[in-house]
Amino acid sequence: MQQPNKLSPFFENLNFERDDNTMVINFGPQHPSAHGQLRLVLELDGEQVVKAYPDIGYLHRGIEKMAENMTYNEFLPTTDRLDYIASTSNNYAYALAVEKLLGIEAPRRAQVIRTMLLELNRLISHLFFIATHALDVGAMSVFLYAFREREFAMDLMEDYCGARLTHSSVRIGGVPLDIPDGWLSQMRDFCDKVEYELEHTYNALLQENRIWKMRLEDVGVISPEDALSWGCTGPMLRGSGIAYDIRKEEPYELYSELDFDIPVADTNDSYGRYRLYMAEMTESIKIIRQLIPMYDETEPQLMAHAPKYISAPKEEIMTQNYALMQHFVLVTQGMRPPKGEVYVPTESPKGELGFYIKSEGEPYAYRLKCRAPSFYHTGLLQELLVGTYIADVVTIIGSTNIVFGEVDR
Amino acid sequence: MRKYVPKDSVQKKAYYTDRFHVVPSTPREDVSTDEVFAKHLETLSAKVEVKSARIELGSMVVEINHKDNYKAVEILRDECGYAQLTEMSAVDYLAKDGNFEVFYQLLNLKEAKRMRLVMRIEQGLAVESVVPLFKSANFAEREMFDMFGIVSNNHPLMKRIIMPDDWEGHPLLKTYPLQGDEFASWYEVDKIFGKDAREAIGPENRDPSRIDRYDTKRFSRVGYEVPFGADISEGETKTEIEYSKTFLVDYTKGSGKQLDKRK
Repeated sequence: MQQPNKLSPFFENLNFERDDNTMVINFGPQHPSAHGQLRLVLELDGEQVVKAYPDIGYLHRGIEKMAENMTYNEFLPTTDRLDYIASTSNNYAYALAVEKLLGIEAPRRAQVIRTMLLELNRLISHLFFIATHALDVGAMSVFLYAFREREFAMDLMEDYCGARLTHSSVRIGGVPLDIPDGWLSQMRDFCDKVEYELEHTYNALLQENRIWKMRLEDVGVISPEDALSWGCTGPMLRGSGIAYDIRKEEPYELYSELDFDIPVADTNDSYGRYRLYMAEMTESIKIIRQLIPMYDETEPQLMAHAPKYISAPKEEIMTQNYALMQHFVLVTQGMRPPKGEVYVPTESPKGELGFYIKSEGEPYAYRLKCRAPSFYHTGLLQELLVGTYIADVVTIIGSTNIVFGEVDR
Repeated sequence: MRKYVPKDSVQKKAYYTDRFHVVPSTPREDVSTDEVFAKHLETLSAKVEVKSARIELGSMVVEINHKDNYKAVEILRDECGYAQLTEMSAVDYLAKDGNFEVFYQLLNLKEAKRMRLVMRIEQGLAVESVVPLFKSANFAEREMFDMFGIVSNNHPLMKRIIMPDDWEGHPLLKTYPLQGDEFASWYEVDKIFGKDAREAIGPENRDPSRIDRYDTKRFSRVGYEVPFGADISEGETKTEIEYSKTFLVDYTKGSGKQLDKRK
C-alpha cells in the first residue's frame, strides 16, 4: 500500500510492485497516439493486456455547466470546442436541437449550405482519421497526403466562415453568411481532387498493403451485440454490420432528398472500419455534388423568420425601428424558448451527436446534456482492449476515432 | 441593503423578465396518436406503473417510479426492441421540487423510434444500475454520480470519472457555482505545494475574465511598461513608446549582389 507524503505523492490506481507477474503501465495522458488527453491504465501480462482502465477528464471544461449560464446564442461558439476536428457538426447539432425546441425551420438556402458544410466537415474529419490512424500504425506518408487534402477543405471552410478549426458557421435558425463567389466551383474541384486521391493515393497506399492489413485485420473486433450494448454509433456501429445511419433512418435537413448509400462493414474489425471510412468519404462527395446545383434554385433568405426568437437581417435592423428593438432585446436578454425538453440526434462524423435540452422558459437552458459519441466509444475500450497485445492498443484507439474535446466536455 | 441571492440555485438568472411574459409550452401529444409508441407503452404499462406518458417533439416521454427503473428498461429492451441506451443522465430539481429527474434515452433501431424514460428520485437515494442490461450505462452512470452525486447500486465501479477522485462537490448541481467553490480554488495549491503554501500563493483565480490592475506578471499597460513582476502599487512612470526601426538597404548599388544574377 502506498504511504503518500509530500515527497512521494499518491499515485492513483498505481501499484508497480505486485505479487503476480503483471505489470501496470500508464498509457498517456500525454501520448501522441492517445488522440488527446486519454490516460489508459493497462495491466500487462508480458505483452498481453489483462485489464484496461480508461481514465478521462483531463480536458474537462464544464461545457454543460457553461450552457446553463449562457444564453442560447452565447453558447453556440462553445460547441466548437467539443469535437474540434469537425466543429460545424457540433454547431449544427446544437442549433438543430434549439430550433426543434423553438419549432422553427431554417430556410431552404441555409439548409443547402448547412448540409454542404456538414458533409465537408465529414470529409475533414475522415481525412484526419485516415491520416492519424495511418500515422499511429506507422504509415507516415498517408498522413502527409491526407493532411494536404484536409488543408484544401480547411481553406474552403476558411473562405466560407473565416475560421479553420472553430467554425461557428451555423446559427440557430440558419446560417450567418451566404456562400462567397467562386466557392462552389472550388468545392467541385475539391471533390474531384479528393475522389482522385482516394482512389489513387490512399487506396493505393493502404488497401492491399500487406503491413497495413496485418496490423488491422482481426484487430479490435466488436461483435454487433457489444456494439449495441456499449452504445456505439456511427462508423463504430456500421463497422459491426448494423446499418443504422441517422441521416437515413431519422432524416434531418436535406438528407431525405439526397441519394446516398450507407456503407456497412461486416468484418467487425479495424480493417473493416477503415474501409468504411473510405466508403463514407465517397458518399460525402456524392452528396456534395448533388447539393451544388440545388444551391442555385434557392431563394436568398438565410435566417428563419421568427421575430420572437431570431433577429431580423442586418438591413432591417439598420432601417426599421421595431426590428432594432427586437434585436436589442434578443442580444441583451437572449431568446426564451418554450418550456419543454427535446433530444435531437444527428449523425456527426464520429457517431451520434445529440443534444438534450431542458428548457424552463428562461433565456438560460435549465439543463443541457451533450451526448457525445466518443464518450461511449472510450467506455468500450475497457472491454475491447482486454486480451489484445500492446502493439494493437494503438491501432484500436486509432480505429475508435475518439476525440477528447467531446469525451471530457 | 444587500440584494437577496437565493442559495439553492447560484446559476445565472435573467436580469429582466417582462411582467406580462407568458411562458408557452412545447406541443405535447397523446401517446395514442402514434401507434408504434402506443404499442410500446401498452407493453410497458402492463408490468410497470406508468405515472405519465406523452409524445413531445417526436419522442415518447414516459415517467415511472424510480424503483421500477431496472424492470422498465429490461421490458423496453427485451419486449419493445429498444436495443440501445444512447444516453442517461439527470436534471437537478432540488430547488424546485426537492428531487432529481433521471432520464434514460433509448433507441429502437428497427423502427427508428426514440423514447425517454424519466423518473424522479430524492436526494440521497440510489438508483438501480442498468449496467447488466446496457454496458453503455457504465460510463453514463459514473458521470451522473460525478456530476450530481446520484449513486447507482450494483455498478461495477462506482467512482468519479471526469473530476479527480478526491474532489469535493458535484459540479452540475444548481448550488455549485460556475467558477467553482471554495474547495476548488484551493485544490491545485494544496495538491502541488501543500496546505502550508496557501498563504504565500493565495487562492486560484477561477474567473478567466478577471484582470488584476497591479499584476505585472501577466498584464502590462501600453506606455507604462515596467519590468516583469515589478511592484506598481505606488504607481508607475510613463515610458516613451519606442518603435522598432526598419533599416532600408538599397541593394541596387553598393554590394551589387543580386540574387537573379547568381549562378
